[in-house]
Amino acid sequence: MYVCLYAPGNLPLLLECAAAFSPRVEETSADTVVFDARGLELLYGPPEQLVREVERRIGIPAHIAIAANPDAAVHAARGFRGVTVIPRGREAERLAPLSLHLLECPTPIAELLHLWGIRTFGEFAKLPPLGVSARLGEEGIDLQYLAAGAGSRQLRPMEEPLRFGEELELEYPVELLEPLSFVMARLLNEVCGQLASRALAANEIRLRLTLENAPEHEARLKLPVPMLDQKAFLKMLQLELNGRPPLAPVLKVRIEAEPVKPRRTQQGLFLPATPEPQKLEVTVARVRHLVGAGRVGTPELRDTHRPDSFVMRQFAPGPLPSCDHEEAVSPRLCLRRFRPPRLVQVLMVNHQPVRLFAPNISGRVVMARGPWRTSGEWWRDDAWNRDEWDVALESGSLYRLFSEIDSGRWFMEGTYD
Amino acid sequence: MGALLQLRSQLEARFDVPFGFPKAIENNQIATGIQDLDAITEGGIPRGTLTELAGPESSGRTALLIALLSQATRRGECCAWIDTDGMFDPASAAEAQADLDRLLWVNCGGNAEHALKATDLLIQAGGFGLVVLDLASTPEKTARRIPLASWFRLRHAAERTEAALVAAGLRINARSCSALQIELQPARPVWHGKLLRGLRANAQSTVRFAQRSAAFTAVK
Repeated sequence: MYVCLYAPGNLPLLLECAAAFSPRVEETSADTVVFDARGLELLYGPPEQLVREVERRIGIPAHIAIAANPDAAVHAARGFRGVTVIPRGREAERLAPLSLHLLECPTPIAELLHLWGIRTFGEFAKLPPLGVSARLGEEGIDLQYLAAGAGSRQLRPMEEPLRFGEELELEYPVELLEPLSFVMARLLNEVCGQLASRALAANEIRLRLTLENAPEHEARLKLPVPMLDQKAFLKMLQLELNGRPPLAPVLKVRIEAEPVKPRRTQQGLFLPATPEPQKLEVTVARVRHLVGAGRVGTPELRDTHRPDSFVMRQFAPGPLPSCDHEEAVSPRLCLRRFRPPRLVQVLMVNHQPVRLFAPNISGRVVMARGPWRTSGEWWRDDAWNRDEWDVALESGSLYRLFSEIDSGRWFMEGTYD
Repeated sequence: MGALLQLRSQLEARFDVPFGFPKAIENNQIATGIQDLDAITEGGIPRGTLTELAGPESSGRTALLIALLSQATRRGECCAWIDTDGMFDPASAAEAQADLDRLLWVNCGGNAEHALKATDLLIQAGGFGLVVLDLASTPEKTARRIPLASWFRLRHAAERTEAALVAAGLRINARSCSALQIELQPARPVWHGKLLRGLRANAQSTVRFAQRSAAFTAVK
């Protein structure tokens, strides 16, 4: 049996009331809720007593109906005031007086039925099925079944979003990271156990530390691939806290994981080896801890002509490139960039640089080619506008110089190597 | 055939691997793509050991390293570039057709000690086909201070993981720890009208005490 509650504008109350009776609750629409009442007769007795109990608990005027299938219960609740009990097998008889607009037919079918003079569920249910099938098609037959109270759809119960998290309130404030690691290991063990029991992995781990007389400390690990490795998570959290320790003793620890489906990969005998994602993530975290955040990753060139414009993103090698690796590429002369460009003094004769003066790099220019004017993004504060030169010194070194048009200063951008 | 292709595309969308038959990586070297240089090094840069590139500024060291990076990434290998002085130029690597998605760049901001530690960590992690330790702009005095024990440790790690470890510097530093040493000298820049078109460089390799020479041009 299924119970339908109908009360426009009271959806939260309807959901709360339904959830008090059954875990299988369907939010049919903004004013209608259906729940599965099978087995409740053991608790509340016959259907009449069950709906009275529902009416008592809901506490507001609502239409309540109980029927053998969800659709019949919905139509009865929407069509009849108060409490309606439809015994099994008498759905067609009880729903017969309902107006046909409750069936929510598509407009062409509704217009056709109106032309035929069909106004109620009962009149529609009495039409010969073969004729309905010939004139209204399969959809018409389905609607006729609903009008006869013979719907057979399954309930679509709401599912609570899965949350994976654990927290622990400490008996005394923890000041050192080492004892905190034990607490984190315990919580991670439980969170990983929850994920494993549902065959899930995590792509993000969040650590929240409630501190003594200080704002909450939060650390977030974004993983490039779904992982479920408790030791790796712990190591990464330790490295994160070593690099950015909490400002005060810790009172409470909370760890949450963002669940995702685990990564499914198939290795090939002839494919090049790639770093193991779990091991790589810990290694990259260690290297990041060593050299600093923002200095480790994959460079991604930005779509601009601005010199040395790129962003550093997380290293996550994708599928193998499809290009033909047998194609030969001739070696390219590469620039080694000074970051930031080095200020240099340049002696100009006849508009040509003839000598450079810079710390560690000075000498006579034996060959210079330029200038090449580049400029861009004039609408921004950091626009660039400069003349570039390629110069060779008598030492044999090749450099790229540029002079800023606005300031007239010279810089060394890099060395060709 | 159409159904097979459709099935293949569906499987590719579902599983994070290509469904094809790439050629096996049968050799134990990464070719530089420079014919003469590959000839004198007996096929390219060896895997599972340490190779040193040495030379002054503008001698084509970076061009050679990026040629290696391009070759390795285009055959699907992951590479690490430990950049001691933060001078790596991603645009130059992209122009040389290196697949930047398969490159892990570590900018050590001028700290050679950090560079050594990062190299050690990454090579121990395994899975990288090519690991470059770029000391090309590190002062000679600093590079000389790296103890032989550190080089030996790196070479040993490379042997275990089958990665090609390449260190570039102003001079040969690892000495007997490196299996292959390539010394580069700038020959002359190539100018064409008002353009710098490239750099001609000479390379001399030492493999098992035998010295051979080659020349190559890195074009701009």
